[in-house]
Amino acid sequence: MKLNELTIKKALDMLAKKEITSVELTEACLARIKAVNKKLNACLTVCELEAMAEANQADVQMAKGKKGALLGIPYLAKDNIMTWGIRTTASSKILENYIAPFDATIIKKLKKEGAVLLGKTNLDEFAHGASTENSAFGPTHNPWDLKRVPGGSSGGSAAAVAADMCIFALGTDTGGSIRQPASFCGITGLKPSYGLASRFGLIAMTSSTDVPGPLTKTVEDAAIILSIIKGVDKSDSTTVAGKAKDTGQKIKKDLLGVKIGFPKEYFIKGIAAGVDTAVKEAIAKLEELGAEFKEISLPHTKYGVPVYYIITPSEISSNLAKFDGIKYGFSKKDSQNLLAVYLKSRGYGFGPETKRRIMIGTYALSAGYYDAYYLQAQKVRTKIKEEMDYELEKLDCLLTPTSPHTAFKIGEQQDDPLKMYLEDIFVSNPSLAGLPAISIPCGFSDNMPVGMQLIGKRFGEETLFRIGYNYQTATNWHKKKPLL
Amino acid sequence: MKLKKQDIEHIAKLARLELSPKELKKYGGQLSAILGYIGQLQEADTTGVEPTAQITGLENVFREDETKEWDEQEREDALAQAPEIEDGQIKVKRILD
Repeated sequence: MKLNELTIKKALDMLAKKEITSVELTEACLARIKAVNKKLNACLTVCELEAMAEANQADVQMAKGKKGALLGIPYLAKDNIMTWGIRTTASSKILENYIAPFDATIIKKLKKEGAVLLGKTNLDEFAHGASTENSAFGPTHNPWDLKRVPGGSSGGSAAAVAADMCIFALGTDTGGSIRQPASFCGITGLKPSYGLASRFGLIAMTSSTDVPGPLTKTVEDAAIILSIIKGVDKSDSTTVAGKAKDTGQKIKKDLLGVKIGFPKEYFIKGIAAGVDTAVKEAIAKLEELGAEFKEISLPHTKYGVPVYYIITPSEISSNLAKFDGIKYGFSKKDSQNLLAVYLKSRGYGFGPETKRRIMIGTYALSAGYYDAYYLQAQKVRTKIKEEMDYELEKLDCLLTPTSPHTAFKIGEQQDDPLKMYLEDIFVSNPSLAGLPAISIPCGFSDNMPVGMQLIGKRFGEETLFRIGYNYQTATNWHKKKPLL
Repeated sequence: MKLKKQDIEHIAKLARLELSPKELKKYGGQLSAILGYIGQLQEADTTGVEPTAQITGLENVFREDETKEWDEQEREDALAQAPEIEDGQIKVKRILD
């Protein structure tokens, strides 16, 4: 096995036993990035010199006997996460040359544990999208089929993990942006409970549902990263202590007596046959491992996407007002007056989907429409949250497909924003309810990966890890690698 | 819900976005379709339901209102991003003619 193909767990073991060094591990990842990034366009920035310096430093520290939960482990971060001194673009022309003046809290935490930052990954501009086609720097390609999208918006991170360009990657998930690309690329992706990991230093999209999370090769690795990035942060007043524990023996406990809900509204007619089969087989496997399934009903499921596409653009229109050509980013500073600086900087700097969302949000929040759109959406959001919480009181988690189909072709639905919004059909509701959810590889359909989604109780990540760990111990789907 | 060209122009102006005639036309159709779709929410019964703005249940998270020392390098890095600087401050266009 090549070093860049290692999981976090295995790499840490080998580093501890001095079988490998962080320099060797980092070199292997950088070599892989060089070999495949032209085909995939997964990385926007590769910080080779900084990464090698950090890897050297990690080896020196290790030789001195210093410990760090991720000492010497190389990773990639989605390019809407601020990294001090390293370009952070959010895949937008308006931030093309932006150098972050500080590290996001989660980057600081990883740095403290000795992780090595390799570079930054591609995304839909400002994380607006489900295919990574909305990047100002070109689409990312799916490593399983270069003609297909990797999903989005964390498509660069998902493709990079699937292609072994890093040991793990960070993404952000607002309405599916970690889980859906993880599913399309055949890897594990965790959206933690809202408030568990700090949003400080993420370029805000929808502040009420944005969360950072890991994209990894195994469930066990996702648990390791969550244990490091979680925690109350004074710079993010929405963080809460939660109760998610460190990775440990608990996630290895068997599944006897685990109760899983099977919401009938997620197994609808529009699901691709191959996805339906793969997810049903996963259910059979989990039953074999001791889990019990119960069909439940979540009647407000169908309102998830319309609610999401009111709340999200509304928060976007407000959050993106700060990109005005004055303080940072692209500026048409030679315009005749202040209004013209705003209009032209934003008109040129933002791409089509970002403009669309800003306008929908501006409309939904404008005088005369606020009650009908925004307030009504927030009320329906309450119903969605309440019915999911109610069912989860009696169950350990819910199981659904992550997406109704496998990765679609690049360009296939780019001119149909509404069709693209429907990509979020199974992933937006856990975001609106602030619940943790994980996508785990559970098979293939026409040689493209299929993912299943486990939705947990608020701060019930540990149960998701336990089910996922047992499933991955009993199956090999997560070990399949694309040929590149 | 069909948006007219003037509606799109008005929204774009509120949002401080300069749009080309081509964009105005394209967004007109797309925004109308999206608003038509999200309009289905009107059918949901929300009588007596409280709106949810955030789900943490946290209330009134306060901190002391005090000046904090900031890393000088971070401050300089932040200022260096501005298009125009004068005497350590960001320069903006006059707002009164």
